[in-house]
Amino acid sequence: MKPKNQRLVLVSAALVAVLVAVLLAMWGLRSQASFFYTPADIAAGKARDGEAMRLGGMVQRGSVKHLPDGVTIRFLVTDGKAQTPVVYRGIVPDLFREGSGAVAEGRMENGTFIADTILAKHDERYMPPQLGNLAAEHKAGKTLEK
Amino acid sequence: MIAEAGLAALWLAAGLAAFQFLLMILSLRGAAEVGRAMRSIAVVQGALTLIAFAMLLIVFARSDMSVALVFKNSSAVKPFIYKLAGAWGNHEGSMLMWVTILAVAGAFLALLSHRTSERTLLAALGAQAVLALGFYAFLLIASNPFSRLWPAALDGRGLNPLLQDPGLAFHPPTLYLGYVGLSVAFSLAVGALLTGEVDSKLARAMRPWVLGAWILLTLGITAGSYWAYYELGWGGYWFWDPVENASLMPWLAATALLHSINVLAARGALKAWTMMLAVIAFSMSMVGTFLVRSGILTSVHAFAIDPERGTFLLALLAIYVGAAFTLFAIRGATLKEGAPFELVSRESGLVINNLILTVILGVVFVGTLYPLFVEAVSGEKLSVGAPYFNAVAGPLALLLAVLVGIGPLLAWRRETRPVFKQLPVPALLGVTALAITIILWPAMHILPRLGFMVAAYLAAASILPLTGRNPLRAPLATWGMVVAHFGIAVALLGMASNAAFTSERLAIARPGEILSVGPWQVQLQEVTPTAGKNWTAVEAELRAARGDDLVTLAPQTRYFSDPPMETNESAIRTFWNGQLYTVVGKQDASGAWQLRLWWKPFVTLIWAGGALIALGGALALLGRIWRRRARHSADTDFRRRGYA
Repeated sequence: MKPKNQRLVLVSAALVAVLVAVLLAMWGLRSQASFFYTPADIAAGKARDGEAMRLGGMVQRGSVKHLPDGVTIRFLVTDGKAQTPVVYRGIVPDLFREGSGAVAEGRMENGTFIADTILAKHDERYMPPQLGNLAAEHKAGKTLEK
Repeated sequence: MIAEAGLAALWLAAGLAAFQFLLMILSLRGAAEVGRAMRSIAVVQGALTLIAFAMLLIVFARSDMSVALVFKNSSAVKPFIYKLAGAWGNHEGSMLMWVTILAVAGAFLALLSHRTSERTLLAALGAQAVLALGFYAFLLIASNPFSRLWPAALDGRGLNPLLQDPGLAFHPPTLYLGYVGLSVAFSLAVGALLTGEVDSKLARAMRPWVLGAWILLTLGITAGSYWAYYELGWGGYWFWDPVENASLMPWLAATALLHSINVLAARGALKAWTMMLAVIAFSMSMVGTFLVRSGILTSVHAFAIDPERGTFLLALLAIYVGAAFTLFAIRGATLKEGAPFELVSRESGLVINNLILTVILGVVFVGTLYPLFVEAVSGEKLSVGAPYFNAVAGPLALLLAVLVGIGPLLAWRRETRPVFKQLPVPALLGVTALAITIILWPAMHILPRLGFMVAAYLAAASILPLTGRNPLRAPLATWGMVVAHFGIAVALLGMASNAAFTSERLAIARPGEILSVGPWQVQLQEVTPTAGKNWTAVEAELRAARGDDLVTLAPQTRYFSDPPMETNESAIRTFWNGQLYTVVGKQDASGAWQLRLWWKPFVTLIWAGGALIALGGALALLGRIWRRRARHSADTDFRRRGYA
């Protein structure tokens, strides 16, 4: 190969690689990206059954129920406008509490959210950005009540 | 006084960096005599940042609560080692560490690099000074680690307990050394583009830095993966968390650079290509720092939620990356093309390696940033996780692993021998492994199945470069390559085995009850309260039996008071053929305890593979240094005898 041609081949190879990466990524994102929904979104019918997604909101006070097998819990997630029932089998993460924020990964089935994982809110200071606005609203609501 | 001394050292260092940059402009205009001054300034600048960092360590060691950062991130009752580690377990401290490493790397570049031309070295020192300057500004304006708290507090708020772990003490520094080591490659590339001296000499000067940074990144990622595995108590070793991706992306770019730089050093080819990769590798380090430090991600690690800092870092990133790419666009095309090579040659093999790594990097990059992009544009929130990365990057990684077995067999410039004659044995091993998985485990998923096949093939293929000659006389660098490539096979085997054969048990148990998981019978003995220096815990005593093996494990749930938080401390027992992983959860209303048990056959091979890959890098680095020494002393010997 002549040096000139070699450079041409290399440059086109690099461009093709970048193009392939973008196409692959777009293909993957179309089928695999999961949306973040709040209970209000779900009430509005945005989520399809069986589609992988994340659900975020506050754990409704007094809603956490332990099932007899000891490792499954049911609870309600709320965003102040709507509620979504959630079922989770597993050890709930640190700082999972009634009245505090939670993000769950899973899918909707017949009106219930089946959670595969509950994302840990690992620190009092740490709040998933998606919940930031929600928490602010929550606080605002509380001060109004007072 | 100590905090003020640290701050003063930082300001001085920033001033020197600005001076160093001005001298670089002079040197590019032909003032050759500034060289010595620049070297000394770079060294003093490095020393000053070390002093600043030492001052930060001292205020943390003394729990000086009049320093705001100590108050926010430490407490007097913490074990000493975590007081020290707390110094970099927070935003400001970790950025100071970043800058310290950057400046010290600049100092070493000034002291050690005699292999490049003086002009390129001075330009590189100037580039390093500009990099440092931006981060000094960031520290001094937006994240001063030494700001005082008035009145001083009695005790601090404590360190995030998840970070109170030996892993924290070493994981971030290792990664940072890797990230910032790549800054030297970046600066050398920028310097060489400025002077136009992109040649094999430059590649040889750059190679130890790239190798060293790459070894540390490999170790950092491996250690981080193990830390997440045992500390988070979820039993997984890689979560495709954006922060993990932030460390993976520079590693992918550095891996590509590591391979292409050999082509430039040995054959003088792939000039523009290698410079581009050097720029990309450090750009990825900065992207990673931006992602982690700006706090725009949903992540365990992202604790700096502050838009001002995010904007500052983004601006720095845009300026540096933008300037480097502009320089590349102007100068890249004027570089003379290097030695030509045929389609079937070592060079081509390395180009293909680079292309696949680039595609993987692109896929990870897009997947990591896509949610941010979508949210900025449409306000819609979404997340991209393991399903995407496994489906898109997994097959590419397997394809790359197949080619890793072939590339090293090719000759430079032009391959005329029938290389594939050496491959039947590895190929046969791969097919046999595939056949075994099909016969014994017909229900296995496709990815682990392919993983077993490729691992078996690559384990054999990777050692082929040592056959057909006396392996003891092969160069150390060749051994390094073989060990690293063999490490890929080992890690792959661990991942495939973990994916295919892990058994999991989640149940409640009362004391005395027995649960089975995999080949193990696990009995809950009792659950007792216990306490450490700044935590209390409940500890479960588990007795596990398998045939004649009898072990006890003690997983805990710890409650920290400052800040208030619970963590699951898993208990793990390692055997030659796998790990038994246990977590204790909460007590239910009936008095039974939640237990989560895993048996993970050969999972340890994942990290053993990572360690082998890093060891391979270390052997190659040693080999290069040794050979240089040997050549150097032979040269002086030659001269001393009066031949030259």
